[in-house]
Amino acid sequence: MADVTSHDRLLDEITGPTPGQMLRKRVFGHQGLLIGLAVVVLLTLVAIFAPLLAPHDPYAQSLMTRMEPPVFMGGTWEHPLGTDHLGRDYLSRLIYGARVSLLIGAVAALISGLIGTAMGVAAGYFGGKVDAVVTFLINVRLAMPVVLVALAVVAILGGSLEVVIVVLGLLLWDRFAVVMRASTMQVRRREYVAAAQVIGASTPRILLSEIMPNIANNLIVVVTLEMAHAILLEAALSFLGLGVQPPTPSWGLMVSEGKNMMLFEPWLVLIPGAVLFVLVLAINLMGDGLRDVTAPENRS
Amino acid sequence: MLQFILKRLGLAVLVAFTVSFISFSLLFLSGDPAAALAGETASGEDIEAVRRLYGFDRPMLVQYAEWLTAALRGDFGESYYFRLPVSSLIAERLSVTMTLGVCGITFALLTAVPLGVVAAIRPNSLVDRIALFVSVAGQAMPSFWFGLILIVVFAIQLGWLPPSGTASWEHFIMPTIVLGYYAMPAIMRLTRAGMLDVLSSDYIRTARAKGANERRVLFRHALRNAIIPVVSLAAVQMGFMLGGSIVVESIFALHGAGYLAWESIARNDLPTVQALILIFSMFYIVFTFLADVLNAWLDPRMRTG
Repeated sequence: MADVTSHDRLLDEITGPTPGQMLRKRVFGHQGLLIGLAVVVLLTLVAIFAPLLAPHDPYAQSLMTRMEPPVFMGGTWEHPLGTDHLGRDYLSRLIYGARVSLLIGAVAALISGLIGTAMGVAAGYFGGKVDAVVTFLINVRLAMPVVLVALAVVAILGGSLEVVIVVLGLLLWDRFAVVMRASTMQVRRREYVAAAQVIGASTPRILLSEIMPNIANNLIVVVTLEMAHAILLEAALSFLGLGVQPPTPSWGLMVSEGKNMMLFEPWLVLIPGAVLFVLVLAINLMGDGLRDVTAPENRS
Repeated sequence: MLQFILKRLGLAVLVAFTVSFISFSLLFLSGDPAAALAGETASGEDIEAVRRLYGFDRPMLVQYAEWLTAALRGDFGESYYFRLPVSSLIAERLSVTMTLGVCGITFALLTAVPLGVVAAIRPNSLVDRIALFVSVAGQAMPSFWFGLILIVVFAIQLGWLPPSGTASWEHFIMPTIVLGYYAMPAIMRLTRAGMLDVLSSDYIRTARAKGANERRVLFRHALRNAIIPVVSLAAVQMGFMLGGSIVVESIFALHGAGYLAWESIARNDLPTVQALILIFSMFYIVFTFLADVLNAWLDPRMRTG
């Protein structure tokens, strides 16, 4: 046995670590990435298993038990985080709120990712007129004030979860387009792309199997950033009363509902806001970590 | 240089026209603007009357052309709610938003630039770590929540600052911080990256080699070059901030253009909403144009780009 391990060690010394081993080492050596990932996975599990975890029905009102304080402020374990102005269990609403936030973040990032990546890759690969048109569209999009346009459109179409998701998805594609355009321009000039062109590979094939795998790491980073962005925007829209409508348990809406009682019951505002902050922070840490790990040379 | 400016100007005008068309077409998103305006209880005849009164019965492009020519003269029609010209409503409110925007960007620059410079001079030091934490946490902090916390702590608990309104300069302190911190992370990261980049360049080594003192090297040679991209970023952020002031104005009840936008959206006052979207977009377009020109003027290499 001793011989085998020393032989392995010798082999390691000669060949060095494999790319997979190096990646694993970077991932496990990156605290921010691990913390962010852990929190995001945890909150995703909470969202998925909300019906099993929530102690009460998040919509059930009870006029007898309104505004009960959380356990750490003298409340009971019946409602660990207290109840809101309609007597609904705060912990249960918080748990169901994770569903709203994560669903909006994920689907909005998916929609905007599809739009932005298609535009950015087309602009970066074809250049010329395609690039001019895409760049122009990016400029137009950036000139539109997001919060204002999103508020106006959601107000006109009616604030439902679906409307908010689609509106945010249609608005947040700009960063995808900018980053994918720049990455594609870099990759396009590589020799393996020229080689694929020379052996007669079709354009879709080159885009899918030569370009996309080489810009995927940047794409993942933008996905995390835009997920965080969409979650914050939904919370802001709901806070302003023109996003997801009551009684849906959205964290932004919970802050808004607690605002009027902030003076006497500050935890009504503090708790949902803190959870929102932690989720967005974790997603950002994960994104920054992924950028560091997949492209160590681009570390800022 | 002139050619560069003309080219950018042409692009800016084209973007402005496209944005104006989009903000105009918002009116038609609801399907029938006349029905929306007449209200839910209106009869078919009422809706017809409203449609003729506001000219919704004509082709959309004709209405757009009319709206645009009037808008170019500064006439945005009449507010459905206030029954007043939209332009005078906005003019009245814009000074608050502009004050807030200028204060916000000044606050962001005054905090983020020094932090970024120190972070770059001493990488991995305590200040660098604090700067990193501020930038990561700043991006994740929901601004409405941050604003409410400031109100609870500084207005209610400590009683140092007024919670809302615009009566004195003290009313602007908390809104400035909430609006300004939003632009801080980007400015700080860019300052830090720019300084790190410049400090490792040849002319800094030359300056040090000929015996210039460190302060002169840092401020005379390094910062002046590292700050160029920060200036244009600040202009772009200013455009973003004016558009984002809607949240801050609603928390602190500052009766600026953002607050007006919020009220108008809630009241279905579409002429006002259209005008505000157009005006906020124009601010952004003007600021990015100025940033481009400023950049090209400061750094001749940009002019070819």
